Amino acid sequence: MSAVIKVENLSKQYRLGDVGTGTLSHDLKRWWYKVRGKEDPYLRIGETNDRASKSNSDYVWAIKDINFEVEAGEVLGIIGRNGAGKSTLLKILSKTTSPTTGSVKVKGRIASLLEVGTGFHPELTGRENIFLNGAILGMTKREVQSKFEEIVDFSGVERYIDTPVKRYSSGMYVRLAFAVAAYLEPDILIVDEVLAVGDAEFQKKCLGRMKDVSMNEGRTVLFVSHNMAAVQKLCTKGLLLVNGLVESTGDINKVVDHYVNSNTVTNASVIFTNETIRSGNGNLRFLWVKIEDDNSELRNEFSIGENLNFSFQIKNNHVVTNAELAVQIKSSEGMPIFHMMCRDSNFKPEFEMDVETFNLKLEDIRLFPGIYNVTLTCANTTGHEVYDNIEEAITFTILDGGIYTSRYLPKTAGLIFMNPEWIKK
Amino acid sequence: MEKVTDSQVSYEKWTETITPPKGLLDIKWREVWAYRDLLILLVKRDFIATYKQTILGPIWFFIQPLLTTLTFMLVFGRIAGISTNGIPMMVFYMCGITLWNYFAECLNKTSTVFRDNASIFGKVYFPRLIMPLSIVVSNLVRLGIQMILFLIIWIYYLMQSHTLEPNIFLLLVPYLVFLMAVIGLGSGMLISALTTKYRDLVFLLSFGVQLLMYATPVIYSMSSLPVKYAWLIRANPLSAIIETFRYAFTGSGFFSWYSLAYSSIWAIVLLALGTVVFNRVEKSFMDTV
Repeated sequence: MSAVIKVENLSKQYRLGDVGTGTLSHDLKRWWYKVRGKEDPYLRIGETNDRASKSNSDYVWAIKDINFEVEAGEVLGIIGRNGAGKSTLLKILSKTTSPTTGSVKVKGRIASLLEVGTGFHPELTGRENIFLNGAILGMTKREVQSKFEEIVDFSGVERYIDTPVKRYSSGMYVRLAFAVAAYLEPDILIVDEVLAVGDAEFQKKCLGRMKDVSMNEGRTVLFVSHNMAAVQKLCTKGLLLVNGLVESTGDINKVVDHYVNSNTVTNASVIFTNETIRSGNGNLRFLWVKIEDDNSELRNEFSIGENLNFSFQIKNNHVVTNAELAVQIKSSEGMPIFHMMCRDSNFKPEFEMDVETFNLKLEDIRLFPGIYNVTLTCANTTGHEVYDNIEEAITFTILDGGIYTSRYLPKTAGLIFMNPEWIKK
Repeated sequence: MEKVTDSQVSYEKWTETITPPKGLLDIKWREVWAYRDLLILLVKRDFIATYKQTILGPIWFFIQPLLTTLTFMLVFGRIAGISTNGIPMMVFYMCGITLWNYFAECLNKTSTVFRDNASIFGKVYFPRLIMPLSIVVSNLVRLGIQMILFLIIWIYYLMQSHTLEPNIFLLLVPYLVFLMAVIGLGSGMLISALTTKYRDLVFLLSFGVQLLMYATPVIYSMSSLPVKYAWLIRANPLSAIIETFRYAFTGSGFFSWYSLAYSSIWAIVLLALGTVVFNRVEKSFMDTV
């Protein structure tokens, strides 16, 4: 086996804030340093990409001094929190942006599944778009010609192949676009689950094709995902990025363990700040969240069967009177387990004051031992407008033992603990 | 005889190295050539997309220069009374407009190429030079169609009157078109580099191209210029191209090898400069757009 990708000291620097102001003077200064044979002055100022801490510099390293090799036929899982530099790394590998320093050496053609449907023109027919899309992805006309039948077969749109794609249903459109990418036969395939749009079926198709490509065709795959279960299932090696640096690399299980353990917030109460990574338009904002036990003691370690009392406070920034609140619980591998909306419990949160506090009592928790993440969301009642959304707002741990458990409960055996009635007849 | 198989060679060599942008002249011509099929398909796409779902279809390619010519005949010919050196007005104006439109289209489209294609450029890599090249070629198809219209009118007047004296310089016509393409492409690429950072230039440009037309002998002839301003018009590298083009078809006007050589040098310089700058911007523009 030999390496097909060799990344050496790869770094990428971005400029923060208002791009376009003062760039001319910076450009001139850079040029002046270069002329005198000195190092680029702005390369020194940049710091690592820790968004939680404020820095004085306008420049930030999205990734810094990254080194790794990928061997032929390997499936490398690239994991890390949002903003850790995963997408930047992929962008450099797919050559849509260039690195600031360092180099990547590649053997063979790289293609990525996030490019699905790029360059499709609505006025062109399916047939014309297959050729155009293929050419954009780097195939010659002859290559596309030889794969044409398979692409059409796979997409299942034979009947409409000479109809402009603007008349296609969105499903047909995606299937056709995916078929072109799937039959591109790259030597190295990049799959970014975060960016892969489409329904569950389509994502499943992506993953299926990925498995096919790596296992049956022996090609190299780079896989970016937040779903640790999928990563562990599909990948052989892992690469963990934290703030643009390589934190851990090697065997996939080791890397995933490292990620899961480093990724937990151990506090039973969390106060949200401006640096909290959140989305939504901000009409409502979560201020804090905490978990208490029945004795009103802050706690984030529980046994199966105990009661969890979540409290969170919301600030009303925009005269919202009605909203929908949701609490989602995910496993540490990223698998959603519960999604609890207040309407499910016939609860109507009314917003009268500037700041409101809500309580959610989760009785008799039946999760297997492990670490669980909580996502908080508030949106308008139709769900079209998200006010605030915080992923991994708080975490809690379910411990081994407790009133129900009389045996070892490994995660591989299950996720939800049940003790039904057993009867001998 | 020992033979090294292809696969062995490729296993020892990296097929590609991604590095920070290097020197100015680091242009990957071989890659551009490898993507020639994409160029052809993009031209085809432009052509189909332009006239699909229009009632008149490709006839629109005729209507635009025809209406412009008629307007010019009315405004500059009848009302302003600018001399056409005794050449039928229809031929005189259409001659200039056909070639001028080609230049203007090439320049306008090329100068916004990064902005127009930001979504594709952000997702897939292919040699970006393909895009401006495809603009020049698809406009060439358009020019070809418009030339047919011009030739029909030209032949009609050729038989009707004896004022037209086509001459041996007709052989230069392909070269003139080529020069126009090169200047349009070169200056377009140069400006495209600036429009990615400073978008106001786009507005300035469409306005500027219009003004430039009046500084080029499109609606008048070089010979009808007052001596005082002639040097200014002659300094415009486009002047000699349009003037020679018209001279070849009508035998009227002004021709000199020196002017043509002057335009050619401009074309080479603009193309070289444009390519270098475009290539430079291509590598960093995703971070600035």
